[in-house]
Amino acid sequence: MNKILLIIQREYLSRVKKKSFIVLTILVPILFIGMFALIGYLAVKGDDLAEKKTVQVIDESGKFKEKLKSTNSVTYEYSDETFEFAKARFLESDYNFLLHIPASATNIELLSQKKPSATNIETIESTLSKVAEAESLQEAGIDKNVLADAQKHISIRATQITEAGEKDAQTYTAYAIGFLSAFLIYICLFIYGTQVMRGVIEEKVSRIVEVIISSVKPFQLMLGKIIGVGLVGLTQFFLWIVLSVVLSTVGGSMLAGKAMNSQQMSQVQSIAAREGVNNVKTPEKGIEKIMESIDSIPVTYTVSCFLFYFLFGYLLYSAIFAAVGSAVDNETETQQFMLPITLPLIFTFALAQSFIINNPDSSISVWLSMIPFTSPIAMMIRIPFGVPAWQLALSMFFLVVGFLFTTWVAGRIYRIGILMYGKKASYKELAKWFMYKE
Amino acid sequence: MAMISIRNIVKQYAGHRALSDVSIEIEKGKIFGLLGPNGAGKTSLIRIINQITAPDSGQILFNGEPLGRHHVERIGYLPEERGLYKKMEIGEQILYLARLKGLSRQDAKKRTKYWFEKLGIEGWWNKKIEELSKGMQQKAQFVATVLHEPELLILDEPFSGFDPVNAEIIKNEILELNEKGATIIFSTHRMESVEELCDSIALLNLSNKIMDGNVKEIKNSFRSGTFFIEYKGGLIQEEARAPFSVLEQSNLGTHHQVKLRLNEGASSNDALRYILDLAEISRFEEIVPNMNEIFISTVNKTN
Repeated sequence: MNKILLIIQREYLSRVKKKSFIVLTILVPILFIGMFALIGYLAVKGDDLAEKKTVQVIDESGKFKEKLKSTNSVTYEYSDETFEFAKARFLESDYNFLLHIPASATNIELLSQKKPSATNIETIESTLSKVAEAESLQEAGIDKNVLADAQKHISIRATQITEAGEKDAQTYTAYAIGFLSAFLIYICLFIYGTQVMRGVIEEKVSRIVEVIISSVKPFQLMLGKIIGVGLVGLTQFFLWIVLSVVLSTVGGSMLAGKAMNSQQMSQVQSIAAREGVNNVKTPEKGIEKIMESIDSIPVTYTVSCFLFYFLFGYLLYSAIFAAVGSAVDNETETQQFMLPITLPLIFTFALAQSFIINNPDSSISVWLSMIPFTSPIAMMIRIPFGVPAWQLALSMFFLVVGFLFTTWVAGRIYRIGILMYGKKASYKELAKWFMYKE
Repeated sequence: MAMISIRNIVKQYAGHRALSDVSIEIEKGKIFGLLGPNGAGKTSLIRIINQITAPDSGQILFNGEPLGRHHVERIGYLPEERGLYKKMEIGEQILYLARLKGLSRQDAKKRTKYWFEKLGIEGWWNKKIEELSKGMQQKAQFVATVLHEPELLILDEPFSGFDPVNAEIIKNEILELNEKGATIIFSTHRMESVEELCDSIALLNLSNKIMDGNVKEIKNSFRSGTFFIEYKGGLIQEEARAPFSVLEQSNLGTHHQVKLRLNEGASSNDALRYILDLAEISRFEEIVPNMNEIFISTVNKTN
């Protein structure tokens, strides 16, 4: 046992001391926070920042006269010049666009100095359509006031009924948290699993493995490495959260002032908050709404589930990564064994973004959240939407059993693999190694 | 008493047999040579003694008790394929390996310093392995092997990668450790170092032990009664009354050299007496086969 601790210590320290670890630890939260801060900032102030476009309108039909209302981003200016004249002078003018509405009000033309952006065209188009629509409705004899009434914006208030009573369903927040935690697990399984595999290959290639396993059992070495790298991962998470809280405290108060009570925000929440900024039209109210919804999410429960699924998902996959590392002589040879590892992960993650997140309680989602190879991702998507306790317990149980089983299988391949130099391993070979006696 | 008793060890890999029913006794405090051509099963046997792999059947006794995990700390192993962590500092690395063998950090540090000074690498403590020359790496690895003062040292080609000067230094360190009581299993293809260092040997070929015993006795048993003589005088004719047959003869002008084999029952004195009448002898010596020749002829016989 003491020796496993020694191995864990070495694996941990040798990685944490590396420059790349320190750089990654500092850089990721800065980039992450910076990215979301920028998105949030643009969503709030985007209209002010975008260059204001002016459109010269030549309305020969007269139908749109003074009906196109200028907005933050587009100003309409009517002119009585003929289209030909305006067109000839267009390049020297200060106008960005020239809108030509012929007498028939069809075949409307938009000329621009530069290539127009899709948003510009859309804005102008929708403004025109609205005017035209109102025009036709009025022509059909519908009262102006009735029309105004009909154009009310309708928003749905989603309420979830639980035993504890009614509460806001907070679908957007659940969406964001589910996606984010599944994404983190998906990425980290790859990052840290690959680190374990590289470590095994390094020991095998440098031949030090033979010296070490004359002191400890191969299984102890494998386990020590897996746990050591896992602790590196947890350390990185911890530092990321601390750094993100610090950064978002600073950045958050700068961005939204008092609207965000940033001291209480963990990384997950703060990102969810910024993510949410995109989804609401009035930013100030939106932030309040999001803060409200964050308060309604059981943070400890979600974070504990995340840590559990990260940890056991990692343990399960890294054992397989270790076995693959033991079977090859260099990293390029790992290709043939990588597919069966990466396939369930990629498959689940692809399904997670599209299917599971929209149908968290469908039977496919439930099954995927039970199978140990897919549950870390699938279950994290489902958790923010609410999962029955028995399903969670069963999924966790399967994951632990799956971890014990794969580690046992991987250990049997590993102990033979690390001593096989210069031998191209096939699946058949791996099966043989597995069958060897102790 | 035997330090290591290898009894009827069988190790079967899928497709081939690495060791079939091998039994060897290794005396305490001796230097034992484990010889054999490539693929004979030496590494398999060494790995079994190190408990890296387990035999299919058979038993190994360490000082009379069945070999177990706790013996690992009393064995030092220098594998043929050397290696250390390339990115790790050399001092830390040796401490780590020594602590895996059960030494405390303080003890390991003290002893590493002692060995580094002894081998003249004390200035290299904080260097990474990849920054060192190959010879320096080998020295570091040797230190890691002997630091925990093992009773049994298993050295697989210990001199490979050393220049002659450093090879001599390492050889003397090995002899010193042996004098202090360490038993040494020494696997090599260099037969001159076997003759120089080993008390006894075992020869493996095709997964079987084909010969073992004391080096001197083995060499004695390979004497074939051939002699080398250098003399002044005419050519020695092979006559019926001569107690030998001539194998080879060469003329060096004033001197002749001849290689002869004694007839059955004849002694070297008989041969000398016969030649004395014919020539003035300047050299007379028995041709004893060296380990290299014994190795080759024995292996060829069993192939």
